[in-house]
Amino acid sequence: MLIKRRQFIQTGSLATGTLFLPQFLKAFERPAMVPSGNKVVVVIQLSGGNDGLNTVIPYRDDNYYRMRPKLGIKKEEALKINDEAGLHPALPHLRTLHDAGHLGILNSVGYPNPDRSHFRSMDIWQSGSQSNEVLSTGWIGRYLDAQCAGCDKPTQALEVDDVLSLAMKGESQKGLAFRNPKNLYGSSQEKYFRELSALHNHQGNGQADYLYKTMADTISSADYIFQQSKLHPTSQQYPGSQLGQSLKTIASLIFSEINTKVYYVSLGSFDTHVNQDAQQKRLFKELNDALASFTTDLATNHRMEDVLIFSFSEFGRRVSQNASGGTDHGTANNMFLISGGLKKQGLINPMPDLQKLTDGDLQYNVDFKTVYATVLDKWLGADDEKILGARYEKLNFI
Amino acid sequence: MDLQQQSKNIHLMWRAGFGPAAKDLEAVSKVSKKQLFGDMLKASSKPPEYIRVSTNTLDGLWKGILNEGKLQQLTKEQKQQIRKESREAIKNLNLRWLDEMVHSDAQLREKMAFFWHGHFANREINIFFQQKLLDIIRQNALGNFGDLLSEVSKSAAMLGFLNNQQNRKQSPNENFAREVMELFTMGRGNYTEKDIREAARAFTGWGFDLSGEFVFRKQFHDTGTKTIFNKTGNFDGDDVIRMLLENKQTAHFITEKVYRFFINDIADPAIVATLAARFYQSGYNISQLMTDIFTADWFYSNANTGVKIKSPVELLVGIRRILPMEFAQEEVQLLYQRLLGQMLFYPPNVAGWPGGRNWIDSSSLMYRLRLPQLLRDDEGFAAKPKDDDDVMMGQATQALQRGRINVNIDWEAYASYFKNTPRKDLALAITTSLLQGGKADLDLLAKYATDTDRESYIRSVTINLMSSPDYQLM
Repeated sequence: MLIKRRQFIQTGSLATGTLFLPQFLKAFERPAMVPSGNKVVVVIQLSGGNDGLNTVIPYRDDNYYRMRPKLGIKKEEALKINDEAGLHPALPHLRTLHDAGHLGILNSVGYPNPDRSHFRSMDIWQSGSQSNEVLSTGWIGRYLDAQCAGCDKPTQALEVDDVLSLAMKGESQKGLAFRNPKNLYGSSQEKYFRELSALHNHQGNGQADYLYKTMADTISSADYIFQQSKLHPTSQQYPGSQLGQSLKTIASLIFSEINTKVYYVSLGSFDTHVNQDAQQKRLFKELNDALASFTTDLATNHRMEDVLIFSFSEFGRRVSQNASGGTDHGTANNMFLISGGLKKQGLINPMPDLQKLTDGDLQYNVDFKTVYATVLDKWLGADDEKILGARYEKLNFI
Repeated sequence: MDLQQQSKNIHLMWRAGFGPAAKDLEAVSKVSKKQLFGDMLKASSKPPEYIRVSTNTLDGLWKGILNEGKLQQLTKEQKQQIRKESREAIKNLNLRWLDEMVHSDAQLREKMAFFWHGHFANREINIFFQQKLLDIIRQNALGNFGDLLSEVSKSAAMLGFLNNQQNRKQSPNENFAREVMELFTMGRGNYTEKDIREAARAFTGWGFDLSGEFVFRKQFHDTGTKTIFNKTGNFDGDDVIRMLLENKQTAHFITEKVYRFFINDIADPAIVATLAARFYQSGYNISQLMTDIFTADWFYSNANTGVKIKSPVELLVGIRRILPMEFAQEEVQLLYQRLLGQMLFYPPNVAGWPGGRNWIDSSSLMYRLRLPQLLRDDEGFAAKPKDDDDVMMGQATQALQRGRINVNIDWEAYASYFKNTPRKDLALAITTSLLQGGKADLDLLAKYATDTDRESYIRSVTINLMSSPDYQLM
């Protein structure tokens, strides 16, 4: 019997009975701990505007080398995935994923009337709004609104960060942000907070009730997340980087019985106006190594088919290099899609046409909201039209 | 002590200002609310002093540009240096204005300016333009809304931020016209897309020169006939502003927003209608609107007391007012602002901070509850705000480090306001001073109080009350 009595009691008292029972039985069914079909999304936000053209490199395109005589990644250094595209040399694990059929690349993703301000463009991506409209809720937050009106644990969407992103804020529901579940309320005042919270019932609809309810939910969620994160500690080695540790936490939760459907992490800053080479390389190494551990972990635990990882950035960068060894804010960009459950692999659509630029910028072909709609509908089984406020065509990568 | 009178006065101080200062505590139960408001109004009647934070280096650089007459002639490095220094200066502008909110007797004006700062949201990073915009807002905060609207609309910060410099006869840019209607005056749904297109044509030619002065660039202005709100004529920008003010919807939109900011997130339609009608009749006299509000009986009703969630700036300034303190590193206040989601001069988007329950999520509430711990000598927590690439230019964000924050609080001065309160009544007296509604579980407070001496007791009760959901409300 591997389950310790102490853990047995803690799990039993914290989780509901129904949640407990399958957990108990599943201990005997390893390695398939969670029923297949329990789909999870991991969003990786590349903050600051990642340079997509030096991420997926059109190594056969003379225009690329003409506009980037110094900054262009040399043909022989690009990690070729087919006869026209190669990956940045600091992303070898992505090529491994590609060769295994677990990587999809969506090119020329953007939106009409692009905005070059970081905060505005990030706002547009996170809220899923049109560029001339301002929303105070995020697309994952509205997913929570639609899915979780009666959920007993507000842990369906988790962000591994100190601050919660707009993407995670809905009208009535909000995701949770934490760096380390143990620290969510861990302080010398923790006992005081728990007692204070316990003294109030939160039946009313006033502001104080709302605050006390948020407080109680946070405390119980923190306990729940912490317990869950300890259930199946991963034996996989992860790099000590922040992203590495975040993905390690996410892996341990994916292997638990937690009800989380969406995880959110950020990496940055990709705002490479000067000395782009070194900065992008450093960040890509962090991304590559963290993803290597994470996807290996998922594969070992037979969850690669149930997890969809996608990356995005608020915009790409201009096609021409600038005079400071960097690039300035641009428009359309590519996205990585990583999963064992992809229906389309490799380059899903054509590489950007560097002869058809608008004022020196790439033109977008795929509205990012169609990606959201596809993920919401096909992966999470949610009502994408209601969540996004409009009907978008679905893509066929899943 | 007249408890009810004290509660009403503290309610007024939180809404018409940033809460009671330690020095107010003694008098707060002795004056009538009417007299208190009269004093606040009077204290705000003097014109404010210009907050100038631009450094000598920056002034010199900028003067050079003005003499040359062309921004384009600067080298890339010079432009970068200006941007960098500008960003640093905006941090100082933030901290200096925060100090005004804490120390100024013109509480009503600073609170009102804080409202307009969110209303006329702007992220211009040119410090000269930004400090000028702040001055326009503070000068006109309690004046005439028409003047305020016109001056803001003609400021370099706003014209630049909303792209009117690019709004030209041959290629109109509608951004400015759209936001002036949607966000500054009438609100969504009260005009047509055609009104926006036509108004954008009227605003063509509005621009600014390098010194930040408004210029009307005749050669870019569209002199053709426009039809706006079913009126046809050869309108210019001033005509549009005038037509917007003539429209009663503008008075209604502003009044409702004022109501939701100062009184209650949920507006009372009948009261808003009455206030808006008077606001319109007065020719948009802001001071009169605020007087109407803060002298009305319904303002002091239970339904409107302790029901607003303090914004991060209100929370921080409020704590600094009641506990006189000095930071060894003032910049730590910028980190709080970012962690809690409200950094002055960096609104999240053109619509400003949405406020209300939007302030609260699990992590922001946690920081709010733990913030007062930082005031203890021996506490702290580590946290890192989101990178903001508009602020950081690709550099890493500084994190709040665990450990001592080095805040020097004058506990003695604070404690002295309770010197005549008997020990057994202390907890209740502190509660009444700190919490709107004045309710707290006294047994719990007693359990977690430090009882070694009177000052430690006051200190621990104060910090524990501030570390509660109730203290987030005003």
